[in-house]
Amino acid sequence: MILEVRGLVVRYGQATALDGVSLEVGEGEMVALVGPNGAGKTTLLNTVSGLIRPAAGDYRLAGRLVQVPEGRQLFGDMTVEDNLRLGAWRVRDRDLSRIYELFPPLAAMRQRRAYTLSGGEQQMVAVGRALMGGPQLLAVDELSLGLAPLVVQDLAQHVVRLNRETGMAVLLVEQNARLALELCARAYVLEAGRVAMAGASAELRRSPAVQAAYLGGAVAS
Amino acid sequence: MSFFVGVVASGVATGAAFALVATGFVVIHRVTRVVNFAQGVFSVLAGMLCASLLTRGVPHPLAEVVAITVSVIAGFLVGLVAIGRRGIPPLASLIITLGIGVLSYAVVIFFWGDGPVSFSMLQGRLDIGGVTMLWQYVLIVAATAITFGALLLFFNLTYVGKALTACYSNPFAARLVGIDVRRMGLLAFAIGGGLGGLAGVLLTPLQPVEFDSDVAIAINGFAAAIFGGLLRPGSALIGGLVLGVAEALVSGYSGFASLQSGVALVLILGIMVYQAGRRPEGAE
Repeated sequence: MILEVRGLVVRYGQATALDGVSLEVGEGEMVALVGPNGAGKTTLLNTVSGLIRPAAGDYRLAGRLVQVPEGRQLFGDMTVEDNLRLGAWRVRDRDLSRIYELFPPLAAMRQRRAYTLSGGEQQMVAVGRALMGGPQLLAVDELSLGLAPLVVQDLAQHVVRLNRETGMAVLLVEQNARLALELCARAYVLEAGRVAMAGASAELRRSPAVQAAYLGGAVAS
Repeated sequence: MSFFVGVVASGVATGAAFALVATGFVVIHRVTRVVNFAQGVFSVLAGMLCASLLTRGVPHPLAEVVAITVSVIAGFLVGLVAIGRRGIPPLASLIITLGIGVLSYAVVIFFWGDGPVSFSMLQGRLDIGGVTMLWQYVLIVAATAITFGALLLFFNLTYVGKALTACYSNPFAARLVGIDVRRMGLLAFAIGGGLGGLAGVLLTPLQPVEFDSDVAIAINGFAAAIFGGLLRPGSALIGGLVLGVAEALVSGYSGFASLQSGVALVLILGIMVYQAGRRPEGAE
């Protein structure tokens, strides 16, 4: 297991954001975490990223987790190159060539300020910056948010390829359940701070409850 | 004509020193969102310490270097008190720096008394084609230019400098990539302390410092800093020079040196009213 979450409880004042969540991600595995807005997906990510202290429960990481945050959260007025290099703050290796190999368009815009990039390009920078941190587990929060379907497909294929070729585990947090269940073999459904369902994506896709709530009725084969 | 040139020269020199204080405000505010009201204290401390060291026979560049080093440490300590506790809101930190400013009076009076302290400036004048300028002015301008050059290189070329900028650009993302925003804040306070200290050792020979001179120094620095909305060192430099020259002209031609701080306050008011009108949300 690269990530093991056991009975995690997180509260913001009176409100309970996570209410006893348990979840596992295996080495080299690609796992989806789906659920509606406000279910606690981002809270879970920020907790295992060490940004929020849980009220109860715990988690164990057997490697470095790096997060691609929701809304990309780039250093907007800094250059693409600076954004990528700062991703390597925790590690020694600041060689950007592997990122430019992965996302060739970024090489041409390395001196541009991040805020001038298109949404898809910014998401590339966000993923690239996270990869610079040398993750054994990449946690992607809402990869698809605000992006055109083709751009999302392209980015998703990059993530899948990274997972297959480097064995980096991926935790894909998505409101777009259709996409997430397509990409990942296993998934958790988070609702109101609890794991409502969990299992193989293929099975979840057949479940009437998941179809009704997340896949808009019928499933495209 | 030569009177005018002399007034402008003195304005540029003091303005350059204001710009150093202003940049201290800016560097600290960018990283921590705290307006450090103790910013003037570093100048008073460094000026007084430098004078004491000189009277005890410490030779010239060394006394200044020691004084500036001490103000770097003082900056770090102020930062530790102001932002050391995790999760402390910037407004609370601001009040803490205000308190430290007042507390510093006791410390300064304890060590140096409540009278004005000064030391002699560089002797002689530089003569360029009939226009003469005090060497002290030349020293201030040169030291400021070198300092701004060094800051420019530090923030634009070094990894740590970029991390400081990242804390300003997106504090959340900075934490995500593993930058310790609080430690960066302490570094910013130390830099701010050094800049204040440098301004202090440069200005003290021109304007003797007293325990409460920090207020006038901070007001001038703040006025220069808000030229760039407390965020841009380059604008702080321009703000400092404009303010210095304006003050020199006012006091030079009116004959009332005490009008100087009034110029800074009018400038602060003017900029704030202008910016409040331009950004009704009060974005910054």
